[in-house]
Amino acid sequence: MNYSIQIDEITKSFNGKKVLESINISIEKGEIFGLLGPSGAGKTTLIKILTGQLAAEHGTAVINGINSQQLKGIDYRNFGIMMDNFGVYERLSCFDNLKIFARIYKIKDEKIYKALADVSLESATKTAAGNLSKGMKSRLRLARVFMIEPAILFLDEPTSGLDPATAEDIGQMILSEKAKGKTIFLTTHNMAEAEKLCDHIALLNDGKIIEYGTPKEICRRYNHQKRLLIHLFDGTDKVILHEPDAADLLCKLMKDNMIETIHSSEPNLESVFMELTGKELSV
Amino acid sequence: MTNVNAIFLKQILDTFKNKTVLIQFALFPAFALIMENAVKIDNMPDRFFVKLFAVMFVGMAPLTCIASIISEEKETNTLRALFMSNVRPSQYLFGIGSYVWIMCMMGSVVFAICGNYSGNDFVMFMFIMAVGVLLSILIGAIIGICCKNQMSATSVSVPVTMVFAFLPMISMFNESVEKVAKITYSQQVNLLINGIGSTHVEVESMVVIAINCLLAIIFFFAAFKKKGLE
Repeated sequence: MNYSIQIDEITKSFNGKKVLESINISIEKGEIFGLLGPSGAGKTTLIKILTGQLAAEHGTAVINGINSQQLKGIDYRNFGIMMDNFGVYERLSCFDNLKIFARIYKIKDEKIYKALADVSLESATKTAAGNLSKGMKSRLRLARVFMIEPAILFLDEPTSGLDPATAEDIGQMILSEKAKGKTIFLTTHNMAEAEKLCDHIALLNDGKIIEYGTPKEICRRYNHQKRLLIHLFDGTDKVILHEPDAADLLCKLMKDNMIETIHSSEPNLESVFMELTGKELSV
Repeated sequence: MTNVNAIFLKQILDTFKNKTVLIQFALFPAFALIMENAVKIDNMPDRFFVKLFAVMFVGMAPLTCIASIISEEKETNTLRALFMSNVRPSQYLFGIGSYVWIMCMMGSVVFAICGNYSGNDFVMFMFIMAVGVLLSILIGAIIGICCKNQMSATSVSVPVTMVFAFLPMISMFNESVEKVAKITYSQQVNLLINGIGSTHVEVESMVVIAINCLLAIIFFFAAFKKKGLE
């Protein structure tokens, strides 16, 4: 397998409290991987370890073939890191905000304009970042990351606190980066976003990975109830379990033309997380 | 050097938009220019306002500016974005430090022109200002490193600047204050500026400034080691 990121037995504690415990994840080149967990689960700590900002107590993380603790200046050209609380220079224009980072990465001005266009901020090139809406600031932060054209993107809660329309736009931008062959490591506590964007996800709780797989796989794994929800024309609802006896009832209802809608009641990531931990994911 | 240039560029782009910092650079040179030309009193010492405001400028502008820049970047988390783009803390500090130093030296040129310093006197004035500004930058950086946000940096830097900027002025009128002020570099900068033109070498001033400088360096590294920049 061609892995971009390999995490092997990563463990980390702060003041004696374990925040990450034996984390093992392998992320293939060109995939979007989502790390889901509530606030304080250890998502940001893991990104910090992967990007060499924090040292792990045990275990190793290999990014693009390099141990994360041995990353050198030039290696950072391959990573785009966007943390959820990264600020922008409020008094400077969008262009000037990117120009500072373009200078660091020795990037020409044309790429700044292209990055701004990629995140639909071309009309705000000369607008001071302080005058942008929250969603536009998120786009500007993304442009800062996209501009350097990294092989791997680390996005920490990229749509946190944004309205659904803006979150959807940002999701599309992330998918278009994936289409360019980039590997994306995404943290979120938005299940709908993870289901839509991610090829694989891991559920993180209290520093431990409690589930791993594709979103569909995970949901299927916890589809214990296997039931159908039927809404009838007379306004009543019926729940039919996936059992042989239910077939006759279903046939009868269909013959009598009583069924308005049928829904299969499968679990989503939120309910899986709830089942595994007893708490909500979006905490 | 690329990263230092990028930090320097950031500050240049920000200069005319950051009024808090801009006013610090422009205020005292402008005061000196106006007062020196507008106020003429009998028996007033030569270059009185230039000397007065130059010392205030040394004790206030670089210190406030650098503390404000560092603490603002910490507060808005732009500093983290820079560090994750492979800018090292030393490069960041060197970048903003050199920016503040150059801006203050430009202000010093205004003072020198305003005071009609020329030849060796001009060189000596600029050298004294350069040393004083450098010391204030170090002290401002200590405040910036230790404070989490702009508000706490302001609440610390205001009393510190009051000491360094105003003690030399108050010591002109009060002997007791003068005795205390002697141990500060800003008072020694004041004495050295007042002594420009004389052939006498002020050993005491140099010793006090050297001790102040040594202490500032020790505190700077201690603060940096303990707090870092994040």
